Amino acid sequence: MAPDVTAAKPAEGVSVPAGTGRGSLGRFLRWDVLVGMLLVLVFAGGSAGSPGFASIDNLSFALGDLGEIALIALAMTMLVVAAEVDLSVASVLGLSSALVGSLWDAGWAIESIIPLVIVVGAGCGLVNGLLVTRLGLPSLAVTIGTLALYRGLAYVVLGDRAIAEFPQQYVDLAVNDVPGTPVPYPVMLFILLAAVTGVVLHATGFGRSLFAIGAQEEAAQFAGIRVKRIKLTLFVLSGAIAAFAGVVYTLRYGSARADNGVGLELAVIAAVLLGGVDFDGGRGTLGGVIAGVLLIGLLRNLLMLNDVSTEIQSIVTGLLLIISVITPRLVAAVGRRRIPAPASSPPPPES
Amino acid sequence: MSAVTAGRSSRGVVDLVFRARELSIVAALAVLVAVTAGVNGNFLSGQGMKDIFLNASILVLLAVGQSVVVITRNIDLSAGSVVGLVAFTTGDFLAADHGRGVVFAVVLGVAIGALCGLVNGLLVSFGRVPALVVTLGTLYVIQGLDHLIAHGRQINAVDLPPALLALGNGTVLGVPYLPVIAVVVMLAVGYYLRSYASGRDFYAIGSSPEAAGLAGIPVRRRVMGAYLFSGALAGLAGVLWLSRFGTVVADAANGWELQVVSAVVVGGVAITGGVGTVYGAALGALLLTTITSALVVLKVNPFWQQAITGALLLLAISVDRLLALRVARVLRRRNARHGS
Amino acid sequence: MSEPGRGEAPLGSPPEQAPPVLALAGVSKAFGAVRALREVSLQLFAGEAHALAGENGAGKSTLVKTLAGVHRPDTGQVLLDGEPVEFHNPADAQQAGVAVIYQEPTMFPDLSVAENIFIGRQPRAALRRIDRATMHARATELFTRLGVALDPEQPARGLSIADQQLVEIAKALSRDARVLVMDEPTAALSGNEVARLFNVVKALREQGCAVLFISHRLDEIFELCQRVTTLRDGGWIASEPVAGLTHDDLIRRMVGRDLDTLYPKQETTVGEVALRVGRLTREGVFTDVSFEVRRGEIVALAGLVGAGRSEVARAIFGVDRWDAGTVEVNGRRLPAASPTAAMAAGLALVPEDRRQQGLVMDQSIERNIGLTGLKTLRRGPVISRAAERDRARDWAIRLQLKFNRLSDAVNVLSGGNQQKVVLGKWLSTRPEVLIIDEPTRGIDVGTKAEVHRLLSQLAADGLAVLMISSDLPEVLGMADRVLVMQEGRLVAEIPRDRATEESVMTAATGRAS
Repeated sequence: MAPDVTAAKPAEGVSVPAGTGRGSLGRFLRWDVLVGMLLVLVFAGGSAGSPGFASIDNLSFALGDLGEIALIALAMTMLVVAAEVDLSVASVLGLSSALVGSLWDAGWAIESIIPLVIVVGAGCGLVNGLLVTRLGLPSLAVTIGTLALYRGLAYVVLGDRAIAEFPQQYVDLAVNDVPGTPVPYPVMLFILLAAVTGVVLHATGFGRSLFAIGAQEEAAQFAGIRVKRIKLTLFVLSGAIAAFAGVVYTLRYGSARADNGVGLELAVIAAVLLGGVDFDGGRGTLGGVIAGVLLIGLLRNLLMLNDVSTEIQSIVTGLLLIISVITPRLVAAVGRRRIPAPASSPPPPES
Repeated sequence: MSAVTAGRSSRGVVDLVFRARELSIVAALAVLVAVTAGVNGNFLSGQGMKDIFLNASILVLLAVGQSVVVITRNIDLSAGSVVGLVAFTTGDFLAADHGRGVVFAVVLGVAIGALCGLVNGLLVSFGRVPALVVTLGTLYVIQGLDHLIAHGRQINAVDLPPALLALGNGTVLGVPYLPVIAVVVMLAVGYYLRSYASGRDFYAIGSSPEAAGLAGIPVRRRVMGAYLFSGALAGLAGVLWLSRFGTVVADAANGWELQVVSAVVVGGVAITGGVGTVYGAALGALLLTTITSALVVLKVNPFWQQAITGALLLLAISVDRLLALRVARVLRRRNARHGS
Repeated sequence: MSEPGRGEAPLGSPPEQAPPVLALAGVSKAFGAVRALREVSLQLFAGEAHALAGENGAGKSTLVKTLAGVHRPDTGQVLLDGEPVEFHNPADAQQAGVAVIYQEPTMFPDLSVAENIFIGRQPRAALRRIDRATMHARATELFTRLGVALDPEQPARGLSIADQQLVEIAKALSRDARVLVMDEPTAALSGNEVARLFNVVKALREQGCAVLFISHRLDEIFELCQRVTTLRDGGWIASEPVAGLTHDDLIRRMVGRDLDTLYPKQETTVGEVALRVGRLTREGVFTDVSFEVRRGEIVALAGLVGAGRSEVARAIFGVDRWDAGTVEVNGRRLPAASPTAAMAAGLALVPEDRRQQGLVMDQSIERNIGLTGLKTLRRGPVISRAAERDRARDWAIRLQLKFNRLSDAVNVLSGGNQQKVVLGKWLSTRPEVLIIDEPTRGIDVGTKAEVHRLLSQLAADGLAVLMISSDLPEVLGMADRVLVMQEGRLVAEIPRDRATEESVMTAATGRAS
């Protein structure tokens, strides 16, 4: 049993088409389905090309390596569906890591450190959310500011020190597999959270509200949806999850550093957009995002197995991000040219 | 009649807001310098000031390029990575053969920068995708390229032609070259943006992209131009970086994109486009550089620097927003009164 | 007077021998399922003001945008001085001397008035620099010619709509425009502002400009124009001299049927007060607005665009905050700024802008109707898709919605059917007070009558209805009482038997009759 199958299962159960009313072309060539197929291709290609790629051990490692990205991607999916974005997640992760390190160094118990940093992360998210909802600032601008701010605070907390030697039972939780499975504990947690997120996003009123907000915020507001409160909740959630991911990251590498996870936001956003979530909001499926996360993870793993340098990995992630935002627009543009689709024509007359 | 008086005073309100921004930066700078000099007199020494101006010059150049992009309601996050790439590649190029001159280095650096800008511009203006996401992507691609070319190597000052190093550290009439270059570029761009029709187009596009399209302004071409220019200036900044520091590793200017964006926004260029001057952006750059130097002199943990950059950026966009809301409310009340 | 049939040669007697400056010949334009223009022809002559009449949704705005180069005709031709031309974009049309003044002009708020006029064509000094002194002088001269006092150096941000229109006219003058198209320029203007605008337009016409003028106020058409072209449901009805026409003639051409069937007002018994608004104020927007609406009653809120009517509705429903005053539904006071509380109290708001506020255009019919019932459609924590579909189907049938599948996106529906989806979305919440803002804007005559019948029926069933409308015949035909707002204040309450076009407009514009 290949691990990616277990990870993809909850996704398939809950993936519901969000973008209704697309052309017939769109119905057959759904983006998230395409990414899923690409995933299978990469997997097949990898197994054929790189011995050891398809081994349980390697896949288990690859999954574990994805843990933080995958966890943060869950919250990011909901934000992007609601037409917002949080670029500060990697910095929150770094701040959380720095706090874990400095508090552990100061003799705190890990049991009190973890809840505390999650609260701090939620606080970071709250700041983002308040600036976006109360002042009406664009979330791109706000979170690029807090990207600098939170990373800066991480350095203030820990400087350039590195703290190591965390208690073994917690390190085991971050690294080891759930007994009897090839699935690391963080990935198991991700599977559970993904199932919950999938239901929330695609089957509850909250999820419906997110899609409505992302597609047409004003209409959502006129329908009595508490737009600001929901957005605030999402930012807080995103901060808390990023902080928790910081804990996992720290324990997994056994090292707390202020620069942990620099640039991770890129991989997360690339995964979400690659998974077919529209950057303008209102469209996307969690199944697609999970496929996107796995695709990025497998690609990175393949590059690593083939001794491709980390620099190239950074190039690949950057290119993936660009491709994943540009392709849907190109497809839409080509589609418009081929069939004058009513959905994309200029607004009908209101005389 | 009343329309004119209302007009005059609303012009007053809006003018005041922007004058106030530049004045408050100058005031903040003055307070910062006074306090720091009070604690440590060396801050105002010739060497201390020279360092600030030299360091600020490169940031000013980047801020000028970034302003043009931000004025069109876009953003260029890849600027810092272009500096790194250009600094290393031109350094590598010059180190290979001392016969290659400074002019050649500058041309090469600007060309590489312009090429990066061209890619950004094409993606943003023709792909119609959010500029921030695209340039975040190119940031990592360019950074990766830089690392790939450097492959762990380092360019050392001894490998570089002396003429280049003279550019970074020499003076003309006692004034270092770098600030002279930065000020000349700033004045030229400022003049162009104010006094040329195509310069005004940038403001028009940022002020209202829809109206710009209706008015027949070549929106895509101008946005392309803004990115091309920002990239070229980042290339120039890369060459100057090389000439100033001599020693360059792959991650030179890593993370500078945040400082640049922060300087521009702190300097009063609205992140929503259409408003601001390169002079304000340059002042913002000077302020940020001075803060960094002051932190060292005041023996504050230098790790505060990045946090302060972020906090200032947030402060600037929040203040901009609050002022815009205030102005809108004042105008709304006036119109309500005026109408009845 | 008999109506000429479609397909006949575009008539109207050209007053001069010269070919029309600008003309449309057999132009059709469709947006998806909506056929906005069908074989429409129009001729504009120099020195003539030509009115374009038609109801909301008749295709007037599409026609204007075709002249402006925003839309390109699917079939048919645009003729300039008798020669076919193609406007690929607005710049082409401007180049050809066509200037369009929209109801709400698109300006560059951060640039000065003078720059707004001359953007892209600034006067140049040596080295192609902008000559600011000349630019200022020329702007001043234009404003002097127009007889208006505007400061060329003030930023466009904060200009009133009337002033923005004057800036647009100055821009047209500066380009030596030969054709001036004005799309409902007076909708948001006060009496004085309209008079000022008319003086300017008359002067331009006398200087040889061709003017195409669109207005809902028939008086203005008779005052300003020499000829009138009428559109109905996207089709061309007539082009004829204004002289000799009566108001009733024009209305008959626009509406195409007797007014009685279009406004099937039922007699109802008026019950107790359902909505009571007391001294509601939002600073700078509206002041001291007090009124009540009883069960079984349709109360119209009339006034000019920009008088603050929609803003009052938004505040009552809680989308905007109010600064002072009270809102009570069935005697219970509502908290400020909470649509959720308003909905719980039994309020429903069908908003003005269907595409932005009323519907999530990309989403399906069932999702849009379900959006107001996310709490009631729940089975456990999860939305029941079956319940959602049932609710949508129920209302689709009741409202005679024309659709293929409930899972179709609403953006493929016609304007009238979209409005039915919005109605279904709100009626499914079982409201006790329905606020409906511009109930029939942009929908065809057939659906319009259906909507009116529905409103009438709802009132008869005991619903309290507050209807905001800029469509005077609709106000007069449907309302039991007419409230009139002017510049943020409620200035008149006119009972049904005394409400006439004249009494309402007098109150709305503040003009002495």
